[in-house]
Amino acid sequence: MKQGIFEITENRMIAKNTYLMVLKGDVSDITASGQFINIKLDGFFLRRPISVCDVNADSVTIIYKVVGKGTEVMAKMSAGERLDVLTGLGNGYDLSKSGDRPVLLGGGAGVPPMYMLCRLLIEEGKKPSVILGFNTKDEVFFEEEFKTLGADVTVTTADGSYGLKGFVTDAMKQMEYTYFYTCGPEPMLKAIDKTATTSGQLSFEERMGCGFGACMGCSCKTKYGNKRICKDGPVLEREEIIW
Amino acid sequence: MVSTKVTLCGIEMDNPLIPASGTFGFGYEFAEIYDINCLGTFSFKGTTKDPRFGNPTPRIAECDAGMINAVGLQNPGVDRVLSEELPKLKKCFHKPVMANVSGFSVEDYAYTVEKLDAEDQIGWFEVNVSCPNVHGGGMSFGTSPEAAAEVTRACRKVTKKPLLIKLSPNVTDIVSIAKACEDAGADGISMINTMLGMRIDLKTKRPVIANKMGGFSGPAIKPVALRMVYQVYDAVKIPIVGMGGISTAEDVIEMMLAGATAVQVGAANLVDPYVCKDIIEKLPEVMQKYGINDLKDIIGGAHNG
Ligand SMILES: Cc1cc2nc3c(=O)[nH]c(=O)nc-3n(C[C@H](O)[C@H](O)[C@H](O)COP(=O)(O)OP(=O)(O)OC[C@H]3O[C@@H](n4cnc5c(N)ncnc54)[C@H](O)[C@@H]3O)c2cc1C
Ligand SMILES: Cc1cc2nc3c(=O)[nH]c(=O)nc-3n(C[C@H](O)[C@H](O)[C@H](O)COP(=O)(O)O)c2cc1C
Ligand code: FES
Repeated sequence: MKQGIFEITENRMIAKNTYLMVLKGDVSDITASGQFINIKLDGFFLRRPISVCDVNADSVTIIYKVVGKGTEVMAKMSAGERLDVLTGLGNGYDLSKSGDRPVLLGGGAGVPPMYMLCRLLIEEGKKPSVILGFNTKDEVFFEEEFKTLGADVTVTTADGSYGLKGFVTDAMKQMEYTYFYTCGPEPMLKAIDKTATTSGQLSFEERMGCGFGACMGCSCKTKYGNKRICKDGPVLEREEIIW
Repeated sequence: MVSTKVTLCGIEMDNPLIPASGTFGFGYEFAEIYDINCLGTFSFKGTTKDPRFGNPTPRIAECDAGMINAVGLQNPGVDRVLSEELPKLKKCFHKPVMANVSGFSVEDYAYTVEKLDAEDQIGWFEVNVSCPNVHGGGMSFGTSPEAAAEVTRACRKVTKKPLLIKLSPNVTDIVSIAKACEDAGADGISMINTMLGMRIDLKTKRPVIANKMGGFSGPAIKPVALRMVYQVYDAVKIPIVGMGGISTAEDVIEMMLAGATAVQVGAANLVDPYVCKDIIEKLPEVMQKYGINDLKDIIGGAHNG
């Protein structure tokens, strides 16, 4: 974990209520896809945990959905403003188990971490398929970006206004894959667990006090004992989860 | 050169800064980012006789200038604290540590204190009679002078180490409880624990915390903590460890003026992991600004004249 002051170099709307922010600063502690950063905002006591969407030598990209007061404040920020950020939080996805053709399933605000994961898998010579699930057409983002990486992309919308009508699991059922990786709302994770025919890794959310393992605010029970979503997660293996 | 040294129940500390129980784990998360030997000491996670998972999640809710937690004393139990946590702690912390203990019966408290007593690195006991999260447990001991005294007596019998009793603010007369603990053999009072609080989510129209209520702490409770420390200082002779909303060097001085010999920092560690180190570094400068040469001199200073 590292604490640093980051400068916003980009902050723009990419879909309905959805923003992409690029933060420039010391990103040396970000070591895996699926990790998250924890952002301090003026006027709010707790930090806001947001997944790493991608990282390069000197900046980290995040994508966030405006759902409350904190993310509302973030959406109004401009390039040049600075944020106090904790980086290098969480375990992240383990790429070693992916096999040749993993499937990546992202739902809504769970899409962002799939991007860096997809990039890393492709860099390793894997052939990932990506399924992105949204409620409706206005909310769809990053379809092109995943295609540019070289992934095979399917978009689903619950109301059928774009792509395949239905849920990510409807697309998953028609696919062959060696492993799965996912992040999204818990009902989606549950449905994927019911549908999947292979092992996989799922990323969870929980209300957090600290985000770095100190407060026990985010604990869950697993088959391998109690875990803290922020430190021992947010990524858990399918086999250890107690639903 | 100013002096930040204080003596708490016979043990000298380099400075009065103590990360509060439940916000510093067993030290290693913080030892990864700074040398925690700069601390006066720290109070480790509330330890019970048996392992506890604690309450269902969500356990955390944000508030204006603070937070609510309903962790519910998640800890691996005294045996694993002794066999796993303390050996790891020894590698990164070389000062006497404060052992925070909780229980659900008088026997539980005494059992856990007695087991931990053999551990050399434990300098002080901080017996939490106040955790508001545990049904039928912690709360009741801290809300009556008799019950608090009974826990104090039972723990006193099994340890010669300094024994601090940590009090709950969720009472009508904290002074009588502090006095009862002093009379029962406590060496110090630690205060305050969290205040019982609640948040409700407008979208779901339900409490945010799964347990509905939880312990409110952070800057918002500082005036209550100051007032209570001030009142208890007037009534007891034993030292007070003051806490509640401390997050700056100025806060430390204010709490000591109210009557605290040492000061704990809780929720602030969670949002600003370097806060205790920063306060320690800033303290001499702030002391100079207010004409303080020796921190010991200001303890209870607000009571003069
Ligand atoms: C590991 C992790 C990664 C995340 N990654 C992303 C991401 O990449 N993009 C994205 O849009 N969102 C992500 N979230 C969710 C994001 O943290 C919340 O949407 C955000 O905190 C809401 O803040 P707010 O002030 O707008 O909402 P409010 O509802 O006003 O927030 C009140 C409090 O609840 C907390 N909170 C609210 N919703 C959530 C939630 N879903 N999970 C955890 N805490 C919550 C807030 O942090 C704050 O402490 C992630 C959450 C976690 C735990
Ligand atoms: C997440 C969390 C967990 C806590 N766990 C304990 C505990 O195990 N034992 C205890 O005596 N107090 C516990 N407390 C209370 C703190 O030690 C402290 O008394 C209180 O939070 C007030 O200080 P603050 O305002 O600086 O947070 C906890 C507080 C928080 C925020
Ligand atoms: S949020 Fe504090 S331990 Fe996970």
